[in-house]
Amino acid sequence: MEKDTYRRPAAGQHPANLSPAYKSTPTRSPKQPAIVLPQSLSEITGPSLATERLNALESDLTKQRMGEPLGERIVVHGRVLDEDGKPVPKAMLEIWQCNAAGRYHHPGDQHDAPLDPNFTGGGRARADEEGKYEFITIKPGAYPWKNHHNAWRPAHIHFSLFGPAFATRLITQMYFPDDPLLGYDPIYQSVPEAARKRLQARFDIETTRPEWALAYKFDIVLRGRNATPME
Amino acid sequence: MSHVLTPSQTIGPFYFGTLVNGYRADLAPAGVAGERIELVLSLFDTEGVLVPDGLFEIWQANSHGRYNHPDDRRNLPLDAGFEGFGRASTDMKGEAHFTTVRPGRVPWPAGGEQAAHVNINVFARGVLNRLATRLYFDGDPALAEDPVLKLVDAKRRPTLIAKRDAGGVWRLPIHIGGGRETVFFDV
Repeated sequence: MEKDTYRRPAAGQHPANLSPAYKSTPTRSPKQPAIVLPQSLSEITGPSLATERLNALESDLTKQRMGEPLGERIVVHGRVLDEDGKPVPKAMLEIWQCNAAGRYHHPGDQHDAPLDPNFTGGGRARADEEGKYEFITIKPGAYPWKNHHNAWRPAHIHFSLFGPAFATRLITQMYFPDDPLLGYDPIYQSVPEAARKRLQARFDIETTRPEWALAYKFDIVLRGRNATPME
Repeated sequence: MSHVLTPSQTIGPFYFGTLVNGYRADLAPAGVAGERIELVLSLFDTEGVLVPDGLFEIWQANSHGRYNHPDDRRNLPLDAGFEGFGRASTDMKGEAHFTTVRPGRVPWPAGGEQAAHVNINVFARGVLNRLATRLYFDGDPALAEDPVLKLVDAKRRPTLIAKRDAGGVWRLPIHIGGGRETVFFDV
């Protein structure tokens, strides 16, 4: 049983729940510390979402509607790994993003930028046996938000992964390398400085498809198993 | 450790299309064994204001106490058609509704069994790390011996225990903070 448990994140790997520069956090963060739970079957199991049938169009966000969406077509790919560098096979990845103009296909987004009838911005893919995944999409735009005066979100793609267990659940955001807005974004900056760069994809010339699309590589690392029978 | 964890970020307000469409909040289609139950989880911020843009996920054992997962190697029945996973966003009342079966009991690593429970993830705009908690069932005689509840100050245990309303629906308000702050777990 103990060998099946997952390592606890070290300090400094995740953002603090209370990150006051991100102004939604003071009313949405617990005051009491989380109680450390010894991992039982409830924590080391989790949904595989194996019954979810994916079709190829779900991982190509440029082919989900009648026509091609506007914007810069990109390949976003990478591997889902654990902390030992071992692949997390068959992991389900779910993504969502705004369009090239910086607008989400969502009734709550009232940003004065055009919707694209050919882009909903949602996708799913299942990693292969080596943890590899790939999406085709459009580079998302930056957009303003009301966190503070002249606040802009850097271009980003939301990622959701379960991995092998309830303990390994992760929702995160992928950013683009060296985006000048990263220095001003309190959501990106909520991550301790030493860990932030892990949220930036890497420009990947090898995977770029000539005459067709630039490529970015984004590896995602989920919690690994305890190596020794300790918890 | 050769690789460093990918940090968590907020789900934001615009997750709906990908994460919710296509996922049913009904976990237990006809033919799944066990007592059908309705769960209503509601979400409040630290000032007691309801959260209409949150997302709940639930993960649970089937009515026999078996998780649908390869690491649950016990010789107990698996129900075809019951994965044990549900996902629903909160509505304008801050509520998310699930239909499922009452889970069976599962073992505790140090011996004995846990009281029947449902594992819960909470996500929302402004929540930078998923918040994990549990739902137990009011009136369950096993609550008194549950090893997880024993880790919790007795005054805060009620934040984990759903109550059945007059219509038979199990309800659990989840408070991210404030005077009735829910107990969250580092899983």
